[in-house]
Amino acid sequence: MTYETQPAAGHEMIRLVDVHKEFDGETVLDRINLSIAKNEFVTLLGPSGCGKTTTLRIIGGFETPTAGDVLFDGQRINDIPAYQRKVNTVFQRYALFPHLNVYDNIAFGLRIAKKDAKDIREKVTSALELVELRGFEKRSVSSLSGGQQQRVAIARAVVNEPKVLLLDEPLAALDLKLRKEMQLELKNMQKQLGITFVFVTHDQEEALTMSDTVVVMKEGVIHQIGSPISIYNEPRNIFVADFIGESVILPGTYLEHCLVTFAGQKFVCVDTDFAPGESVDVVIRPEDVDITEEPSEGALRLKVTSVVFKGVHYEMLADGEDGQEWMIHSTTMAPEGQIIGVSIKPDNIHLMKKSASLEGAAVQ
Amino acid sequence: MKRNWSLYPYVIWMVLFTIVPILMVFYYSITAGEGGFNLTLSHYARVFEPLYLTVIWRSIRLALISTAVCFLMGYPVAMILANSPEKQQFSLIVLFVVPMWMNFLARTYAWMSLLETNGVVNMILGLFGIRPIAMLYTSGAVVLGMVYNYLPFMVFPIYTVLRKLDPSLVEAAEDLGANPARTFLRVIFPLSLPGVLSGITMVFMPSVTTFAISQLLGGGQFTLIGNLIEQQYLRTYDWGFGSALSIILMVIILISMGLISRSDAYGEGGGLL
Ligand SMILES: Nc1ncnc2c1ncn2[C@@H]1O[C@H](COP(=O)(O)OP(=O)(O)OP(=O)(O)O)[C@@H](O)[C@H]1O
Ligand SMILES: [Mg+2]
Repeated sequence: MTYETQPAAGHEMIRLVDVHKEFDGETVLDRINLSIAKNEFVTLLGPSGCGKTTTLRIIGGFETPTAGDVLFDGQRINDIPAYQRKVNTVFQRYALFPHLNVYDNIAFGLRIAKKDAKDIREKVTSALELVELRGFEKRSVSSLSGGQQQRVAIARAVVNEPKVLLLDEPLAALDLKLRKEMQLELKNMQKQLGITFVFVTHDQEEALTMSDTVVVMKEGVIHQIGSPISIYNEPRNIFVADFIGESVILPGTYLEHCLVTFAGQKFVCVDTDFAPGESVDVVIRPEDVDITEEPSEGALRLKVTSVVFKGVHYEMLADGEDGQEWMIHSTTMAPEGQIIGVSIKPDNIHLMKKSASLEGAAVQ
Repeated sequence: MKRNWSLYPYVIWMVLFTIVPILMVFYYSITAGEGGFNLTLSHYARVFEPLYLTVIWRSIRLALISTAVCFLMGYPVAMILANSPEKQQFSLIVLFVVPMWMNFLARTYAWMSLLETNGVVNMILGLFGIRPIAMLYTSGAVVLGMVYNYLPFMVFPIYTVLRKLDPSLVEAAEDLGANPARTFLRVIFPLSLPGVLSGITMVFMPSVTTFAISQLLGGGQFTLIGNLIEQQYLRTYDWGFGSALSIILMVIILISMGLISRSDAYGEGGGLL
């Protein structure tokens, strides 16, 4: 078994070294190695229950790893209690103090740090502005909507200007418009204040638009670490390809230099690091499937089985002669039942080493 | 408004067994003698004689002391209970409750034999060469009796609140830099106030009204309002005065409950600090 690793970052803020976590004998994190640079925006992405929150809680000091080390600025902090870590958290379930109003919730950390009153007032006010909750100072937190509570939770954490901010799905309760706004605000804040962000989401679009680095996890294992572009364009295995964006994944065989066969046809590709005759998984994004003018011009002939209008494009499902289902995103529409020809450009054909199954995807 | 017939038995019960007796007590307290209907305030005037004021003040003082002791002892116990593992909690609670299954008087008599001049405690002290100390029939013994009997009433409401306290709030406080002591003062304690307040009420009320504990452990030297009332009803048959005392006691309890509920559980949390 090999696990995803990563070279050390420029100025390393946090490093997880072989972090292993078990709950009642169940492995929840399996040898996590992760390096987070100063001012980096890192997103943990993965399906529910994959261990994102647990990873954050280990960094925050609320769980101790069963094995492995947590380094902060080069220091091992396994035994440093949460209240001494220069880290603040936006909790998945907000955890606002019900006995304090909005203002006092946000001022909590500053008061603990014994900042002077004027300083506190200014900082809380600008934090409230940031999350668009001016005028809510005296409101009790239980009278707020879910989205408003979430924004108080964000304000309560960022107001302390921590070195590292841990955000556990901080935008999940917001409507689309507010979410987009807050995404921008958070991103700006991260750049301006120079805070390192460790962000958790299971929304892959959010991960791709906000992050410098995306960490794709599944069942306690890191499957890939990389920039949003590399994660999207060069998924390392079926799981990552399937989880990030839509894709068609087909079994294929690498024939010779830049030639691969799948769906009963030969295609020119750009990948070179495979052995002739090697079985591979082929990933094709729906937007990379080009519909030809005439069916006869295409490399493959497909029969359209459904068409859905998605705004910018049509999403079509089509069956190949071998029964393989394809998803196609295109601005030209082909009606249901029509036979179409499709072609795929060489650099849109992405090959991955064959993995036995989705479950074993981390095993290379 | 829709009539809710299911409420009627309850209403009848309330009227028969709560309101009517109170009205009768009130009636006795403002009428004089057996001969007909003579309105008088003389019973109330007697309550304010120095002799009786001393008794009232003593009752309030001893009740306050035992409430304070119960709070100081009960809060840590409640915290230990709430923080111990689920399985242990049950056995600890049973341990705590078992003495309560025993009859109240039997328990108090047991303390008498413990505290007597020739009692168990003095015997043990004697083994170390300490001369017998008079423990029974002191105000300390009365407070001890109250604390022993009513401590569970302080522990359980606090325990219940602490158990329901969302652990993520404690984590949030730590996350924001609060050490365990600060976390306790600024988050855990304010959030447990509702339990503390009901604990205080539930200890103060029986302490201020008790007559058995003061009779047995105080030996008649520490007459409380409860004893006074008992005397009027059962020995001197002065129902008028006894009733006036009862009404005054009710007023004391109402006022103290009012004060407690005024110190609004959430509002400014730290109010009690
Ligand atoms: N205190 C705990 N005791 C036992 N199991 C736990 C505990 N905390 C988490 N787990 C388990 O660990 C696994 C990972 O949980 P975690 O909360 O890290 O997932 P997540 O990736 O944050 O999921 P989600 O997206 O649903 O929030 C889950 O299977 C969960 O049931
Ligand atoms: Mg989670």
